[in-house]
Order: sequence, then C-alpha cells, then structure tokens
Amino acid sequence: MTGTSVSELDMLIGNRWKKPPLIKRQWLRWVLVLGALAYMVAAIGSVEVNWARVYQGLDRGAAFVAAFASPDFVTRATDIREGMIESILMTIAASVVGITISIPIGLGAARNIAPLPVYLVCRGIIAVSRALQEIIVAIILVAIFGFGPLAGFLTLSFATIGFLSKLLAEEIESMDKVPAEAVKATGSRWGQWINYGVQPQVMPRLIGLSIYRIDINFRESAILGLVGAGGIGATLNTAFDRYEYDTAAAILLIIIGIVMVLEYLSGVIRARVQ
Amino acid sequence: MVTHTLADGTRKWDRRTTGQRLVHWFGWLIGVAVFVYAWNEISKVTTWFFVWDAPRIASDIFGRATPPRWSYMDQLWEPIWDTLNIATLGTIAALFMAVPVAFLAARNTTPSKLFIRPIALLIIVSTRSINSLIWALLLIAIIGPGVFAGIVAISIRSIGFCAKLLYEAIEEINEDQVEAITATGASRWQVMAFGIVPQIMPAFAGIAVFRWDINIRESTVLGLVGAGGIGLQLSASLNTLAWPQVTLILLVILVAVVIGEWVSAKVRGMII
Repeated sequence: MTGTSVSELDMLIGNRWKKPPLIKRQWLRWVLVLGALAYMVAAIGSVEVNWARVYQGLDRGAAFVAAFASPDFVTRATDIREGMIESILMTIAASVVGITISIPIGLGAARNIAPLPVYLVCRGIIAVSRALQEIIVAIILVAIFGFGPLAGFLTLSFATIGFLSKLLAEEIESMDKVPAEAVKATGSRWGQWINYGVQPQVMPRLIGLSIYRIDINFRESAILGLVGAGGIGATLNTAFDRYEYDTAAAILLIIIGIVMVLEYLSGVIRARVQ
Repeated sequence: MVTHTLADGTRKWDRRTTGQRLVHWFGWLIGVAVFVYAWNEISKVTTWFFVWDAPRIASDIFGRATPPRWSYMDQLWEPIWDTLNIATLGTIAALFMAVPVAFLAARNTTPSKLFIRPIALLIIVSTRSINSLIWALLLIAIIGPGVFAGIVAISIRSIGFCAKLLYEAIEEINEDQVEAITATGASRWQVMAFGIVPQIMPAFAGIAVFRWDINIRESTVLGLVGAGGIGLQLSASLNTLAWPQVTLILLVILVAVVIGEWVSAKVRGMII
C-alpha cells in the first residue's frame, strides 16, 4: 500500500536529481575504479618508507625552513656570485644560439612552407631534442667535452631548439594564408615572402616564446652543475652536502627572485608585443 | 612605416623611420655585445684541448657503448616500476595540494585578495621555479635517500605548475552558471561543487595528465641524486663506466618518455 503511494508521489514530483556520471558505461567505470585502486595498493605497498629516518630528518627539515628566515649570502659570497654569473652567462649565450638555430628549423618544420624532405629532417631534429632531457644530454656532453660551462651551454642550446622550433612551426602552420599569398603575388623573392608575409604574423608569439624559454633555460642552468656542466648547481650541491642550509637557502632565494623578475618582465614584454 | 620621395620622383616605402632604425640597430648592438661577452667568459674557462679532442672521445664512447647490454634488462624492471610510481603517486599528491592553492589564488574564488592570494601566488612561484632535482637533493638531506624522497620532490615541484594552470582555468569560468547556482540558495560549498567544479573538470583532467607526462620524464633522472627510480641504475652505471648498460638505460628512458607522451596525448584527446 505504502509502496504504491510512494511511487505515485515520485511520479508527481519526479526523482531527486542526481549528478550524471563522468563515464557513462557502468562496467567501464567499475573497471577503471578497481584498476586504479589495485594500482594504488600495489604502488603504495612497494614504496618503502623508513619512518624512523623521516622522523629523525624532521629536525633537519625544521632547520632548513628556519634557514629560509635567515639566509646566509655572505660566507660563500664569492662562490655564489661566480656560480650565478656563470649560470646567467650560460643562459644568455645558449638562448641566443638556440633561438637563432631554431628559427630556420622551425621554418623547415612547418608543413605549409617547407618541402617534405626538409620537413621530415627538421621534425626529426625536434623529436630527438625533445625526447632527451637536459640533464641526460648534459651527462653525455660532459663526458665528451669535459667539465665546465661549455657543456652546459651546448645542452641548453640543444634543448632550446626542440622547444622553440616545435612551437614556432605550429604557429606558422596555423597562420593566416591570405597576407602571405598577397606578398607572394607582388612577385617577392622567397626571403622577402618570409620576411613580409610570414614573419609579422608569428613575431609576437616568437618573442613571447623566446622569453619564456630564457626563463626555462635559467631554471635548468641551476641544475646542470649537479653533473658538472657549470653554473650555480655545483655550489648548491656542495651546500647541501655540507648541510649548510643557510647558504643553500640563500642560493634558492636568489634563483626564485631571478625567476620572478624574468616572469614579470616576460609578462610586460608579451603584453606589449601582442 | 614611412614613405619618402626619391631623387627621380618615385615614392619608396620603408618599414621604419630613421629614428626607429637607429633605436633598432642600437638594440641589436647591445644584444650582440652581451652575447660576445658571455661567449668569451665561457670560452675562458673551457679547456679547448678537450673540445678539439671531442670527436675522438665521442667515437670512443660510442664504440664502448654499443651494443647495449640487453641482459641487464632483468635488473631494470624494478627501477622502472619505481619510476612509474614516483611519477604517478607524485602527481596524485601534487593535485591534492594544488587544488586548494588554486582556489585560494584565483581572483574569483579567493577568500581574501589582499592576504591569502599573495601567499598562494608565492607558493606557486617558489615551487615552480625550483627544479625537482633540487627538491630531491633537499629532501634526501632531510628524509634520506629512496623512492619516498622522489615522490615528495615530484609532488612539491608539481604543485606550482598544476595550481597555476588550474587557477587560470578557474578565473576563466562562466560566471552565469555560478550565479544560477547561487540563486537557488546554494551554500558556498554547493556553489563550488555544482557551479565551478564541473566547469573546470576538463581542464583539471588535462592538466593532471599533462603533468603526469612531464613527471615521467623528471622521475627518470631523480635517481642521479639518489631519489630512487631508474636514475639510480644510470648513475651507478656511469660511475663504473659501464657504457653498454648506460646505453640500455637511456633507451629504456627514451621508450618510457615516448610512451608517457603517447598516453597523455591519447587521454587528453579523449577528454577535450
């Protein structure tokens, strides 16, 4: 009796609204949830955590946090200054060379302006450069060229090429064909066509991306020193090894500061060119 | 842009005025000078003898490194599993921390623009600007070497990245839907759950997979400083100059990176 009255009531006012599920097929939903759970259990189970060691380390963690409040820029001032200057020089040189090389490669990797063989070669270079991480390239180059900022400079240039050429090529591929065709119709040579038909369309984006890449290069230059490729990383590593947290904190603060300045500058410049 | 008349009466178009051209060239001059200076400083501390010797060294290393030692693969499955776990668990932990930070940082959801938003932005900038290898170095000094340090390093590093993209997505939501939910008399949390979250869910899933892809890359090298994963084997092989093993590990890393990118592209294609 009551059962029927409830269903009549339901018919009158309708069912309570329920959020539609993200995945419609029920079995797939369950398989995904169970699979994720099984993976999580297996993964967390295989991670060995030495809680006693973690507990011991909390004091050092606290010491490090405290070091941020009183960073020591003075004791190792010379090391920090030299390391930072080396990092900055590496960043500048590598960005200039990397951007210069990535412009022709970016042009070659754009299907709408490059012939197929050139396109394939340029895409190949981009794929190799993107697949290898900076630190691994740095290890190989340090083995070949010896310790020092030259290896770091080459690493960053190489990484810049993959990043910038790919994005530049994508920008060129999605450009507006009409202005380029108009310039071509005036009888311009290939160089004039690129310079007046293509370049003005992609320049704002190229500038924005270049500045973003300079920012990334600086951040990466901070770790290349870990494998001997020059820059501030070596000083930072030494500071950690000696538990000199106040010096490490000082270096990290400088890095954060420079990155913030670069980010601010890139925001200003991008707002101006776009 | 400017046009001027030539001696024979024809008008010629130029892109820049003389003043603009001067400024332009001066800018180039300074740029080139800075680059030359930077290059000189780098070349001063470079041992050029090694550089001229590089082709010989490179071919020597290549000769030692090939063919890869395939039998070493048996010892690599466990590090690969660890690497995958570092990336995945690190990403999940990062997302848990990034979501509240993003809501605190977005202009339209932050409780206080004056106090809480700058703090959230500071967390985003500082976690983003420090590489995961540096976080790993730091965490190893604090909690000791191992996979756990790697997971924590990856997760801290990813907070800033995820939170930044997420708060930008939150700022771009359609306010009408939020207003509609508010108009039904929903509480603050209900507005969040039914007005904001559904709108940012696709962006959130995209960011999560994108970051997971990056984290696969980063977790392969964390072992270089002792934070677990396949990088440990890489660093051990490098230290013992076991080049055939190095080649095999690099190949494995390359395959892992490519698979990660493929999976992330597939999943993002499905979501968006």
